[in-house]
Amino acid sequence: MAAEQPVLELERVTGGYGGAEVIHDVSITLGRSEIVTLIGPNGAGKSSVMNAVLGILAIGGGRVLLQGEDITGTPPERVVRMGLSYVPQTANVFPNLTVNENLEMGAYIRSDDFRPRMEEMYDLFPPLAERRRDPAGSLSGGQRQMVAIAKALMVDPVVLLLDEPTAGLSPRFRGEIFEVVRRINAGGTPILMVEQNARQALGIADRGYVLVDGRNRMDGTGAGLLADPDVGAMFLGGERGGTPPEPGSDLTPDGASAEAAGSADRPWGGRRP
Amino acid sequence: MIEFVNFHLIPGLVLGSIYALGAIGVTLTFGILRFANFAHGETMTLGAYLTLTLVLLTGWHALLFLPVALALTALVVLGMDRLFFRPLRHAPTIILVIASFGLMLMVRSLIQVFWGTELQGFSKGIVLPWVLFDSLRIFPKHVIIVGSALALMLAVHVLLRHTRTGKAMRAMSDSPELARLTGIDTERVVRATWIVGACLAAAAGIFLAYDSHVETLMGFKMLLPVFASALLGGLGRPYGAMAGGLVIGMVEELSTYAWIGTEPLLPPGYKAGVAFAIMVAILIWRPSGLFRGRVF
Repeated sequence: MAAEQPVLELERVTGGYGGAEVIHDVSITLGRSEIVTLIGPNGAGKSSVMNAVLGILAIGGGRVLLQGEDITGTPPERVVRMGLSYVPQTANVFPNLTVNENLEMGAYIRSDDFRPRMEEMYDLFPPLAERRRDPAGSLSGGQRQMVAIAKALMVDPVVLLLDEPTAGLSPRFRGEIFEVVRRINAGGTPILMVEQNARQALGIADRGYVLVDGRNRMDGTGAGLLADPDVGAMFLGGERGGTPPEPGSDLTPDGASAEAAGSADRPWGGRRP
Repeated sequence: MIEFVNFHLIPGLVLGSIYALGAIGVTLTFGILRFANFAHGETMTLGAYLTLTLVLLTGWHALLFLPVALALTALVVLGMDRLFFRPLRHAPTIILVIASFGLMLMVRSLIQVFWGTELQGFSKGIVLPWVLFDSLRIFPKHVIIVGSALALMLAVHVLLRHTRTGKAMRAMSDSPELARLTGIDTERVVRATWIVGACLAAAAGIFLAYDSHVETLMGFKMLLPVFASALLGGLGRPYGAMAGGLVIGMVEELSTYAWIGTEPLLPPGYKAGVAFAIMVAILIWRPSGLFRGRVF
């Protein structure tokens, strides 16, 4: 991807919530056809990187570029209108709206006829087609995750951000979601994904970044990182069948507490335990 | 029996319809803007006084001005949002509640300054009821009030279920953060919420005044039963507010029926306490209300 312009680029971004810095000099690029995954221990600042792109994190230094345009600090509603779609880890569907209505809200910023796109989504996620008139809150965790992703895809985004799309899902659903992510990308959508299930995520990713303590620690191709002994020791060794590492198990007690302190201040998300 | 229908059931239905209209606005504001709006009662009063002014100016029938009065009230409420609530949009809930309390006092005082404090009415003279089956007495105004209230509730249903703005209102009521991350124009949804709430409140005030009279405390007196209705239905649940309003209105009127013996079960003076008692009971035993609304 050397020559082509990245679709999303973070240049030495530093930032935090309400004074506490949680990421430092983080640089990440996402190419036009790539899946890039961010891995790292809890509290490494992975979700904060997403929030930096969305304009939720207060950025103290560096730049965020979307298709070459500087979007540093642009509020989420504007970033979304520029073609970036984001699927939060939790509370990512409207539970009292039907599946259909959730997808319709996903298309809120479109002024044209979104129904053909909706049908494409039901083709991509067949289990949703039969539940389209049910409230999204009545669906299983895996199906809700499908609704959240389908909702984000309704605008045909230039970039899709996924924050731990497989968190809390059974291994079967996890596999399904990763397969869907691969197919969405094959359809031409670049994807930046934060994941705890590092092995599976690297397995489908073109490239990966390892964040530790809010800093870039390592990066490389998905296969390269999978084969790297250091990465293996950090994240993959203790994993049995893709179980995420124990929270706060290694490396970064400080980083973990920094993000925990930060999340108390942020207006979003407070739902994470 | 027929006395029960004439003096308790029908008035209960009328009062319940009026409460329901008021409660929808309270519950929508709570769901989407996340605060209990104490100025909602004054919105009802304002609707009635704007209508009164138009009636006094023209001498026409009050209900002819319903659309104009609703639109004017909505404009005033949008202005109040712009001046008082929008600067506090991201402030803690309690600050918004106190702001609405202050606004309530200001609006009421202004109404008293402009229109005076004495009782006034939309019309003079007496309209006789229709008498059916020799004893069932139905006042045309009651039919009009209940019918119009039902029509307005149906309109709310259509708005919430079948329009893009209405669905966005429900989405924002579910999760304002996700609404913003989805690209929903949240300020537009907020404006729509104020417009809908103000129109329904104004209608409630106008119907109440049409049924009895206009006075500066009418909205404030409705505030308690309207809040009780919204709570009973479950905060943030518009359909709950409709049901809650009907229940509270009916229970208030039925509480004075001579259920046991020949004396009223409750002296009419205690009628207003019924809504309060129900509200306290819900808060203690079922704070999420009938339709599983939001709990503080």
